[in-house]
Order: sequence, then structure tokens, then C-alpha cells
Amino acid sequence: MRLATAANEAYAASLAVSEVLGCNQCGGGRGRVEELGIRVPRPLGHGPSRFIPEKEILQVGSEDAQMHTLFADSFAALGRLDNITLVMVFHPQYLESFLKTQHYLLQMDGPLPLHYRHYIGIMAAARHRCSYLVNLHVNDFLHVGGDPKWLNGLENAPQKLQNLGELNKVLAHRPWLITKEHIEGLLKAEEHSWSLAELVHAVVLLTHYHSLASFTFGCGISPEIHCDGGHTFRPPSVSNYCICDITNGNHGVDEMQVNSAGNISTSDSFFEVEALMEKMKQLQECRDEEEASQEEMASRFEIEKRESMFVFSSDDDEVTPARDVSRHFEDTSYGYKDFSRHGMHVPTFRVQDYCWEDHGYSLVNRLYPDVGQLIDEKFHIAYNLTYNTMAMHKDVDTSMLRRAIWNYIHCMFGIRYDDYDYGEINQLLDRSFKVYIKTVVCTPEKVTKRMYDSFWRQFKHSEKVHVNLLLIEARMQAELLYALRAITRYMT
Amino acid sequence: MEKMSRVTTALSGSALTGRTMHCHLDAPANAISVCRDAAQVVVAGRSIFKIYAIEEEQFVEKLNLRVGRKPSLNLSCADVVWHQMDENLLATAATNGVVVTWNLGRPSRNKQDQLFTEHKRTVNKVCFHPTEAHVLLSGSQDGFMKCFDLRRKDSVSTFSGQSESVRDVQFSIRDYFTFASTFENGNVQLWDIRRPDRCERMFTAHNGPVFCCDWHPEDRGWLATGGRDKMVKVWDMTTHRAKEMHCVQTIASVARVKWRPECRHHLATCSMMVDHNIYVWDVRRPFVPAAMFEEHRDVTTGIAWRHPHDPSFLLSGSKDSTLCQHLFRDASQPVERANPEGLCYGLFGDLAFAAKESLVAAESGRKPYAGDRRHTIFFKRKLDPAEPFSGLASSALSVFETEPGSGSMSWFVDTAERYALAGRPLAELCDHNAKVARELGRNQVAQTWTMLRIIYCSPGLVPSANLNHSVGKGSSCGLPLMNSFNLKDMGPGLGSETRLDRSKGDARSDTALLDSSATLITNEDNEETEGSDVPADYLLGDVEGEEDELYPLDSEHVHPEEPEYVLPQEAFPLRHEIVDTPSGPEHLQDKADSPHVSGSEADAASLAPVDSSFSLLSVSHALYDSRLPPDFFSVLVRDMLRFYAEQGDVQMAVSVLIVLGERVRKDIDEQTQEHWYTSYIDLLQRFCLWNVSNEVVKLSTSRAVSCLNQASTTLHVNCSHCKRPMSSRGWVCDRCHRCASMCAVCHHVVKGLFVWCQGCSHGGHLQHIMKWLEGSSHCPAGCGHLCEYS
Repeated sequence: MRLATAANEAYAASLAVSEVLGCNQCGGGRGRVEELGIRVPRPLGHGPSRFIPEKEILQVGSEDAQMHTLFADSFAALGRLDNITLVMVFHPQYLESFLKTQHYLLQMDGPLPLHYRHYIGIMAAARHRCSYLVNLHVNDFLHVGGDPKWLNGLENAPQKLQNLGELNKVLAHRPWLITKEHIEGLLKAEEHSWSLAELVHAVVLLTHYHSLASFTFGCGISPEIHCDGGHTFRPPSVSNYCICDITNGNHGVDEMQVNSAGNISTSDSFFEVEALMEKMKQLQECRDEEEASQEEMASRFEIEKRESMFVFSSDDDEVTPARDVSRHFEDTSYGYKDFSRHGMHVPTFRVQDYCWEDHGYSLVNRLYPDVGQLIDEKFHIAYNLTYNTMAMHKDVDTSMLRRAIWNYIHCMFGIRYDDYDYGEINQLLDRSFKVYIKTVVCTPEKVTKRMYDSFWRQFKHSEKVHVNLLLIEARMQAELLYALRAITRYMT
Repeated sequence: MEKMSRVTTALSGSALTGRTMHCHLDAPANAISVCRDAAQVVVAGRSIFKIYAIEEEQFVEKLNLRVGRKPSLNLSCADVVWHQMDENLLATAATNGVVVTWNLGRPSRNKQDQLFTEHKRTVNKVCFHPTEAHVLLSGSQDGFMKCFDLRRKDSVSTFSGQSESVRDVQFSIRDYFTFASTFENGNVQLWDIRRPDRCERMFTAHNGPVFCCDWHPEDRGWLATGGRDKMVKVWDMTTHRAKEMHCVQTIASVARVKWRPECRHHLATCSMMVDHNIYVWDVRRPFVPAAMFEEHRDVTTGIAWRHPHDPSFLLSGSKDSTLCQHLFRDASQPVERANPEGLCYGLFGDLAFAAKESLVAAESGRKPYAGDRRHTIFFKRKLDPAEPFSGLASSALSVFETEPGSGSMSWFVDTAERYALAGRPLAELCDHNAKVARELGRNQVAQTWTMLRIIYCSPGLVPSANLNHSVGKGSSCGLPLMNSFNLKDMGPGLGSETRLDRSKGDARSDTALLDSSATLITNEDNEETEGSDVPADYLLGDVEGEEDELYPLDSEHVHPEEPEYVLPQEAFPLRHEIVDTPSGPEHLQDKADSPHVSGSEADAASLAPVDSSFSLLSVSHALYDSRLPPDFFSVLVRDMLRFYAEQGDVQMAVSVLIVLGERVRKDIDEQTQEHWYTSYIDLLQRFCLWNVSNEVVKLSTSRAVSCLNQASTTLHVNCSHCKRPMSSRGWVCDRCHRCASMCAVCHHVVKGLFVWCQGCSHGGHLQHIMKWLEGSSHCPAGCGHLCEYS
């Protein structure tokens, strides 16, 4: 066993380092270091997520064997244990698949050179102003030998990558506008042109990082300590009062706020869960008797699609990115725009005509072998993941709820399932939940802790993370479907 | 495509006639089905549902079943099937999960008969019982299969696949009660219609979804399945365990599979992505489709044989909104386009050659064809016994073995290993390589290197010792000195070709004694050579001998050819220029340094350096000194490289390319360079010269070549304890939870380079061991062994 722990030791050591830099400095050791004139960075946030109290999140060291292996793998692959991993480990089954896919995309055989991959990741994350991912990948990019000049902005990168900017933009915000002309433009740009395999690799990377940006904001991932915004050199306050007490403890101010808020709404939110369960039961039972007419079914989709446009939170506190990420993309004004509001009519995307399982998979696997399989597995795990629990209830069949969430997201992108009654969505997802979903998927940079707290108040944090997994996978699939359909159209 | 061939087949009274034809539909089709009488076909899709009559010349729209003002999702069909007993009965599967039956006998415009809304998700497939009039089966995305009796309002029984979506259901044609269903998770289940509680049998057929299946119309137990994993498999279901009989590998996921009537081993497939063609396969010949229909411009979504007893008509519907009738006779047959000859070189010059038997048989009587024009080798023919496809193609395999010794490639290996390609000044590299070549008896190559050095390096740097050395070597080879004199004797321009012919002829008759037909061939060669110019010679050399013959170790035969090529014709005009050039004292001085062509000349030059016209080389050298830039020779060098490459000595071409680097690179187009590099690397790898090949890859400037080092950089290692592959990490075994290699010095795991003593098998980090052995000669593990590190 001593032998097997080599990798683990290393990551434990890295944690020890962060501990030293964290709270231990309050102890005796601190003085010595500071006397030497070394500026000791301290973490700004508390725990891997700003939304989830640290004590809710699994403490490293207390994980079981499976998670332990996952952590070790993750550390071996990336050389770090990032906050995303620490939050995702709520669902180890998914995390495993996620890490495997990400590792393959970034480090294994593929048509794109390594620094291109990270740069594309940066481009994609920058689209959503996700400084967390941008910072991580800037480091990786430099590490694999990328040219630091490229980081000054997309216009300093090779023409080939600049060409990808347009696709990145459309894919991130309005994927339904992707046409085969976009694809053609990339593939036929003479010496700057992309090959089909490269393009598929790039598209998978783009969609992966768009949705990962959603996750980062949706779960309020804190910056890593070594990145901008993750640490401060401000010495701890001089009074006896130590910041670490508050930030690490989580039993201070935060907790009180939660409690006070919780107290008021406990009864409220208790009914929330009950009501939701009741509705699910009803839907299950009365599905057979109440038969909606065809027109109604069609209009329900349209209504849902339209309504999804209007769910937008009113609070507009802009999160200013710590690092100037905007220089990695152009046209900052281009954002999510609802398709129906814009004059042009975009036909509804029918899943029965182009779906991931039949079409998308085959195309990806043909052009970028093995990745189709990995992504397919990831989609499946995310879609089928369940513990049969809802808040405090056990043995609940949540498939209906999960399907409603999944289809709601696809609905926002104009993707329609013929065999789904979109009325169910209205029954199962309440407004605050829809606001959260919509924000995370379409404009993740606007997610606030209030939104996170205000939906599904009785549910556990792990369940909220679960929702986030559904959101990001559904989003990734939606983007992939549009991009791959365009590629297919180009090829035929 | 527009072959208007017409076929008439007599079938149990009725005759089918028709031609290859197509008609445009208004919308993409999802499925088609044929009426029992083979005269009508129904096409269904998201926004189309029509019946067409198949007439002799064209399709005629007979009926539009899509009636009503508002489009309903019930009419958005994923599948359609026409009852094989009742001409009026149709069933469709809708994308919203509804199963609809249609009765064409209804008097009203709306033919819709019954509506079953029991499935919660899209229904992927509907299927009528082959003999029972009222039994309909459906398979849906929700994982259930339902059996309907059309006389009742709801389903008779529900079968749960206990899995995700059902992709296909098919009643067995022979077994009254049996049906097969295929699933998205790769399983195939066999059910008894009377027992809805559990399936009779289940097995995993494919990796990933199984999109389709089809029972063999005659063979009771045969089931063909097609899946996303691009395979069609034929299963024998009569045995206790389903046995895989045949497997056909296609190029895209298989969306539909249909057995061809009356042809026991044929089946038709189409794909749902990327590939638009319809293939008909002979399952016994799984690599080449027997026939291919290429009419569609988008993926084919539905295929059906027109008549259950007629193998020549195939109908198909496609996403490109066309309905096609294909005639088997008009199909393109990839087999015919395939190259029936195969040729492959073995590592030691053996040659295997496969060709159609007819071709091989015919050859003995008449003129030999290209493949047999070889000398220095024996023929050994092994006829493949009992080809299974005697009707389709029968081929003969011949293996030509080289005579032991004659095809030795040791010079290649030696050269590859000893050449220096980088890391030193150009002059040294050239000298070194020239020396290597000379020691291996390859004087032409050696001279080329020396000349390159002269062209590209300033002559003042030539160390005289080296010079003498090279001169001595050159003359001690004992080669006929006549070479260089010959050249002078002949008229310029004319010389090279005639000389070449003669020398070739000589070489031929010497080496080809073993071959009875040798003399005949030699004559033929000569004729050809004389009639054509130099490139043709190269071609000839390529076809005939390649390396084996042109570079045997005994250099006598080859050498006579050399000077002509070293002194290409472009050089001759120079001579006249030189004559006019006033020669100063430094000129003479230089000439003394220059004689590299042959020993005799060198001697002459140093003794009496007056006659400036007798040696081309010295002349050109002098020219260089009077400020002719090296660029001047680039054309020459380029031609020289081409010559070597075309002679089969790609080694020389690549080596020179690398050594000269920027100096010549721009003159040779990227593609050619890449071609040379890849051929040379391939050769090196065949000789297991991994280090050299890697060095070449590293030194190459071609992007495509240097990429080679970046692909599949994974190194697979096995655990030293349990001997199993270590899958996740290279240094710790998942099975025995041990680290594979520990450093004997620092007792940590070695994750990079591991060096160990072959005596005691202890080892560790390269750096650590090196350091340790500097201070101690004993093994760091303490085993007492006296390790050596070199």
C-alpha cells in the first residue's frame, strides 16, 4: 500500500501547502515566514464554492476509496485538484466520466496541438467571461509551450484560430444560427483552413468549455488560490479578530443569514417539495385519461419556448471579471438573444430528425475516434443519474423531473421532442427554478447567490449540483447538435 | 446511371417489369413499404405520407394519406408498414408515440382507422404478423413493445425490454410465436408472443445501439442485425446460444438491413449518417460489397425489395426527397473496380504477388508482364487452394524469393547508422558521410558527398590531410579508371546515354544468369532505353530492380554508371566558359585542392595543374571561386537528389536534404520532400532502426513528418509483478497495488527513465544511478553485485 500512495502523497502535499497558506498562518509559523519578507498569499474565498458552505462539501481526506482513486487520477492528469472537481465529487460516477473525457480532449491523441486545445478552451470560457477557467487554462497554455503573445487577444493568435472566433460566438449564444456556411468558411480558408477532424475537435472543446463555464457560475466555483482573484497578500487584520475564523468556519455571519432566511421560509419550502411530488404523481396518473389534442401539444411547446424568453432575473449585478478576459474575444455586445424575438424565423429543431444517439455520435466518432463514445457515456450518466431521493424523501422516481429539466433546456434552444408534452414543464418547474436554469444556461455570468438560494430551498446542495450537471450536459448536447448538423449538411 | 435496361421476370404468374428510375417527393422520407402485389409503394416521413404506383416507366402518385388542414404529429411518421396479407391495411409509427392503422378500403377521404396512444415516447418500429391478419407489434423509445389486436381498442400485451429504447421489432417468418427486438444498449431479445413476462433469450449483439434486424426469409434461424458500430452480423438462432455466423464491416452505422430474396447470402444495407449509398453484400465476402447503388444525394432512410421472390428490384426512399427503384443489373459493382492484383515487398526483398488466375495462366504463353520482369530471383508459385468464391474471383498468389545474399541490404543499415546528419559543421558532415560511404564501397555516393562539400563549403577550409586520404581511398578501390577517361573520349552530351546503356547491359547479363529469359529481356530493355530519354531510364530501373538490383554490394556492376550522373549535362557548357576565363595563380592553387572525382585525376591535377579542361570538377570549382554563388548549383543538386530518389536510394536523398538544410530545401517542393521522408522513415522502421528513424523525424522540417512524433505517444507497460498491462498510470499497477519500478537509491517510484543493471536487475532513476556508481561500484540495493554503468 505504501507504494500505491505515491500520487496521493503528492496531492496531499499540495493540499498541505494550501493549508499552510490558509489557516495555519494564524499560528506560530506565520511570523517566521513573514519576517523573511515573503509575501504569503491567503485564499480569499472559503471553500471551493461561494454558494455551498464549505462544511457541506466533502473534505479531502474523508473520501471513500472510489473518490480517493478519482482524486488521485485527477491529480495525476492535471497536476492539481481544482475546485470544480471538489464540487463535482458530490456525484463521483459522473465525475469519473467527466474527468476521463476532459483528459482525453486535452491531453490524449487528437488532431489539434496541445496549446491550441487550451487556447480554444480559453476562447470558449472567455465568451462567458469565466475568469476562473480562463486563468486555469492560461497557466496550462503557457505550460505546454503556448506563445504568451496570443494571450494579449485573439487578434494576436494565428489567423486559423481567429477564424474560429465567429463559430465560438454563435455557438455560445445563438447556436441555432449556425449554418453550413459557417462550416464552409472555416474549412475553405486556404492556408488557414481547418480540417474536418480538427474542426470536430474544436467544436467539442468549445461546447465543453461553454457548458463548463455554466457549471462554474452555476455552482459559484471560487477561484483557485494560485490564480488571480483567488488570494490576497493583505496581511490578516491586526486586531485579535482573525479573518480566517469567519471565512473558514462558515458558522459566522453566513450561517446566520441562511438561518434567518431559512426560518421564515421553512414551512413554505417544505410545501414546495410536497407540492412538486404531488404534481409528479398526478401527471403520472392522469397522463392516460387526459389526452391533449395535437394542436395543443404543438402550442404548448411554442408557449414554453416563448415563455422561456421572458424568464429573466431582474437583478443586474454585473460580475466584473478579475482578469481582463474580454480581450480573448471580440464583439462583446453579442450575447444570448431569443430566437423568436428576432424578426427571422428559425424552424424548430426536431430531435427525431437529428439526434445525438443516431447521428451526432456517428459523426463525431468518425472524425475524432473514441470521443463520441466518451461523450455518449457522459450524456448517459448525466441523464440517468439518480439516487431516487428528493430533498427528505426517499424512493422517488425522479425520471419525470429530470426529463422536464433536460427538455426545458433543449426547448430554450429551440430543440423539440415530438413525444414530449411540454405542459409538464410548467407543472414541474416553478418560476424561480426556471430563472436559475435560464440564467445558468444562457448568461451564466449573471448567476448570483440569491438565485442559487432561491430555488428548491429544501433541496440538498448535492441535488442542486446534480441539477447543474443536467444543465451543462443538456446545454452541451444542444450546442453539439446544432454544430454537428451544420457539419453534416456541409458534407452532404 | 441512365442505362435504360429493362428487366422482365416471370414470377408465379405475374411479371415484373421496370427500369432504374426515381421520382421526386415533396419532403424527406423516413420509411417505405411495399404492397403485397409489388405494384404500389407507400412512403412516409415527417411531412409526407403517400402511396405511389410503380409503373413501368415511372412512379405515379396514387393517394395522399395526409389529409386535413392542420398538420398533426400523428402523421409525422417514423416508420410505416404494409400488411403482407391484406392490401388495404397499413400501419404507421408516429414520432409522438402514436401507432396508427389505415384502411384503404374506407370510402371517405380520410383513411385513418385506429389510433393507439399507449406509448409514451416515439415509436421506432411497427411490424405486422406475417400470417395473422390482425396482429400488430410496435417498439418504442420508452423501452416497451406492445402487441395490438386490430379488432380491439387497446393492446393485448406489453413486453418490457427492461432497458432503454427499442429500435426494431421483427416477427419471425417461420416461427409463428417468435419475434426479435433490438435495443439501444446493444442487446437483442427473443420473445414468445404468448409470454409477455420475460424474454426467451437475450444476448449482446453490438457495441452501441442495434438499429435494425431482419429474419432470413428462408433460413429458419438466421437473423441479421445492424448497429451503430458499423457492423452487420448474421446470427444463427437455432442453436442454444446465438452464434455469430458472419460479420460484415461497413463504413458507417447501419440503419436498415434487408435480406435479398432468392439469394441466400445476400443482404442490402443503408446507413443513417455520412454514407448515402445502398450496398448489397454477400455475407461470405464481407470486405467488398457485391453491388452498390449510388443514386441518392442524402442518407437513405428506407429500403425494400419490391417483391418477396424477385431479387432484382430494390426500392429506396431518402432524406433527399426522392423515391428510387434500383435495378440490380444497373448497380455498380465495386469488385470490378477493385484492383485484382496485389503486390508486397518483404523485409528482405521477397516479393509476394497476387493476381487473377486467368492473368497468371495466360502469361506463360506470351510476353511476360511487368511483375515477372525480375532477375536475380527465383519464382515460387503457391496456388491458393479452393477459393471459396470461385464464381467471383479466383486468384493466384506467387511469392518471389530473392536469392540469398544478392538482395542484402546491410549497406543500408550500416549507412543509416553511421551517417552523421546534424550537430557539426557542414563540411565535417559531408566528409564524415563520404568516408562512411566509401568504406562501404559505395563510391558514387562518397563522391557525391565530397562534391556537395565543395559546392557549399569554402574550399580554404579543406584540411589537406583529409584530401590525401580521400584521394588514396579513391584510387585504392581498384575500380577501372577508364570511367573518367571514357567520358573525355566521348562527345559531350552524347556520352551519358550510350554509356548508360552499355553499362546496364553489362550489369544485366552478369547478374541475371539464373533467369532463363534474361537475355531476351535485356535486349528488350536496351531497345527501350535507346529510344527514350533519361527519365524513361529511371522508370525502367524502378520497375525492374529497385534497390536489390541496382545496389548490390559488389560495386563493380553498378559503378560504371556513376560518373555520367555525377556530371549532369548542364555542366558541360561550363567547360567552355572556363576556357575563356583567365586563370591566375590562385586559380592554380585552388585546383590543387579540388580533385575529388577520381584518384587518377587528382594525381594529374597536383602534378601538372595546367590543363583546365580535362576535369569537369576542378573547373566548376574554379568557377565557384570566381564568385559563383552556391545557388548556382541548386538546380544541379536538386536533380541529383531526384535522381537518387528515383533510383530507389531515398536514403541518400533524405540525408543530403537534412545535411544541406535550408540550402536546397526551397528548391524542392514540399510534397516531394514529405514523400521522401516518409519512405525513408518507413524503410528505417522496417529494419527496426528506431533511433535513426526518430532522428530523421526530428530533423525533418516538413510539418507532416514532424507530426509523426506527436501521434500515439502513449507507451504501454506491463506490471513487473503480475505481468498485466498497467492501464491507468505507468508506474503503479491497479491489480496488485504495487509500484512497478522503485529507485534503489532514493526508494521512490521511477516515473520516467529507468535504468537497471542487467546483472542483478536493480536499478533506478538514471541520474541517481549515475551518481551512485561514481562513488561506489557496488549495487545501491546492497545485493553485493558489482554493477557497471556504461
